[in-house]
Amino acid sequence: MFKNKKDKKIIIGSSFKFGDDISTDLIAPGRLFHLRSNLPELAKHVLEDADPGFAKKVKPGDFVVGGRNFGLGSSREHAPLVMKIAGVGAVLAKSFARIFFRNSINVGLPALICDTDKIDSGDILEIDLKKGIINNKTKNLKFKFNPLPEVMIKILNDGGLASHIAMNKGFNL
Amino acid sequence: MNIQRKKRVKEKSRTLKTSLKGVFLYKTISEKIISKHAGRELEAGDIAVVDVDVVMSQDGTGPLAVSQIKKMGFNKVKNPSKSIFFIDHAAPSPRSELSNSHIVLREFASQAGAIVSDVGEGVCHQILVESYTCPGDIIIGGDSHTCTSGALGAFATGMGSTDIAVGYALAKTWLIVPRTIRVNFNRRINKGVFAKDLIIYLIGKITSNGATYKALEFGGEVGNRLSMDGRFTISNMTVEAGAKTGIFPADDITKEYLKSQGRLDCFKEISADKGAKYEKIIDIDCSVIEPMVCQPHTVDNTLPVSSLEKIMVDQVFIGTCTNGRFSDLKIAADILKGRKVASGVRLIVVPASKDIYLKALKEGVLETLISSGAVVQSPGCGPCVGVHQGILGDGEVCLSTQNRNFKGRMGNPKSFIYLSSPATAALSAVKGYIADPREVLG
Repeated sequence: MFKNKKDKKIIIGSSFKFGDDISTDLIAPGRLFHLRSNLPELAKHVLEDADPGFAKKVKPGDFVVGGRNFGLGSSREHAPLVMKIAGVGAVLAKSFARIFFRNSINVGLPALICDTDKIDSGDILEIDLKKGIINNKTKNLKFKFNPLPEVMIKILNDGGLASHIAMNKGFNL
Repeated sequence: MNIQRKKRVKEKSRTLKTSLKGVFLYKTISEKIISKHAGRELEAGDIAVVDVDVVMSQDGTGPLAVSQIKKMGFNKVKNPSKSIFFIDHAAPSPRSELSNSHIVLREFASQAGAIVSDVGEGVCHQILVESYTCPGDIIIGGDSHTCTSGALGAFATGMGSTDIAVGYALAKTWLIVPRTIRVNFNRRINKGVFAKDLIIYLIGKITSNGATYKALEFGGEVGNRLSMDGRFTISNMTVEAGAKTGIFPADDITKEYLKSQGRLDCFKEISADKGAKYEKIIDIDCSVIEPMVCQPHTVDNTLPVSSLEKIMVDQVFIGTCTNGRFSDLKIAADILKGRKVASGVRLIVVPASKDIYLKALKEGVLETLISSGAVVQSPGCGPCVGVHQGILGDGEVCLSTQNRNFKGRMGNPKSFIYLSSPATAALSAVKGYIADPREVLG
């Protein structure tokens, strides 16, 4: 699914499990509105209101694992962006809110739809983005995530929407 | 068959298929609008790059859109008279960082030829419907409640800053034509029950992801008779069910509204074809709907006010793109007239736009509200986004007419937000606890 050589096709990391309905207010809250012009600083507070210690615990490549309707609420692209800046390798959920899903792809953060009941906090996952396979090494379980629509794969391959437009001088979907 | 002939036959069959689709396919409102903007016949599930009529962002999403426009190598907007940057979320600015973001927007707009709607003009969605949205438009906005414009028969949807940046630069976006859920609000609406109660009831029924990726299309005898203000409230909250847009047909009520705004020239009738394909049809008997609330911390956690235990409130907020319109302030004033806000309760009122503010001022609505103990603040988003003008303290409870009650929404994750209609909010401010407005309106 990822042709761009810069993108890692296999990511390995630890899981941080969250519940259903994780809103963009929990990921990048309005009380930190003034930090939107300072993204590295905002990233230090990522998901703070859902898990106060998360930003300190997360390591590059780790996974945020949600339930249903992950990312509901505001259109703020800062939500997937600060997750990416904090080092999150991918976000996994049973379902995503529409705008968050689109934003994730646009900023180059893989958002994967799968059965997250098969993942607990702390589980080590190895995800093959190209083959669409999640290997839960802790539980010794292999399962698939849903493939992305063609257009979104094209956008990801070009390194996100801004690069897609810059490279093609417009849409080339 | 030689290659050229094969090609001709293939082309002929494609033309035939397209024209067949064009002639015989019965369409939803969304399918009609998106087809027109793509220049070809589309149905739900198709993907297309489409022309966009209006593009906007606000002070929370605009600065990132500006940096993305520059990153893509553009320095102008494609359609200056329909490219708007709204300064409404933190307006007037409470912090220097935000003041600097406002400067970024003003400077870019001036250089790129876009419009700035500055401090005090009002909430983006309200200004759009007052001055920009036309039936049949495609509108994309860097704000999730862009769906508000769907009340005027436009296909209007929220997107993130990068999609909006592309919209500003090219006046285009890509869309998957959504499947449509038709919602018929039927029978009659009871006294003390408002459009806000209908949409809260619907979200409670279908949940916060009941319409994800879908368009909600409204009708039914109650839906068809709803005032524009009521339609704005309903379309505004459709994103709380996950919907891509929430759309009403453009009819005589739409026409009257546009006329009152001096924009009759942009009116055109739009409705779904009889026989349009819906994913689902939801029929709602409005006569059984009571005044409703959403309880903390999700919008689909709904309950009739009458089933609620006694919930004391510290703050009541009447305003926002959901319910900060003239008729909202008027019903609140009607209830508050001759009454006082309970001691220990703060009632904050924020008109959604400058025009609404002026009308409420001229008609004595603000005087009634202020005399009863309300604090009236400048047009904009007010305390809804948790940036300023009424941030809640630890453990405090707010009843608000806004659209969202997520944990931390009003600036403090240790506070609790309930949502209701302006009538419920106004009476609750008087009582000091969440109260059923039928007590005074029934």
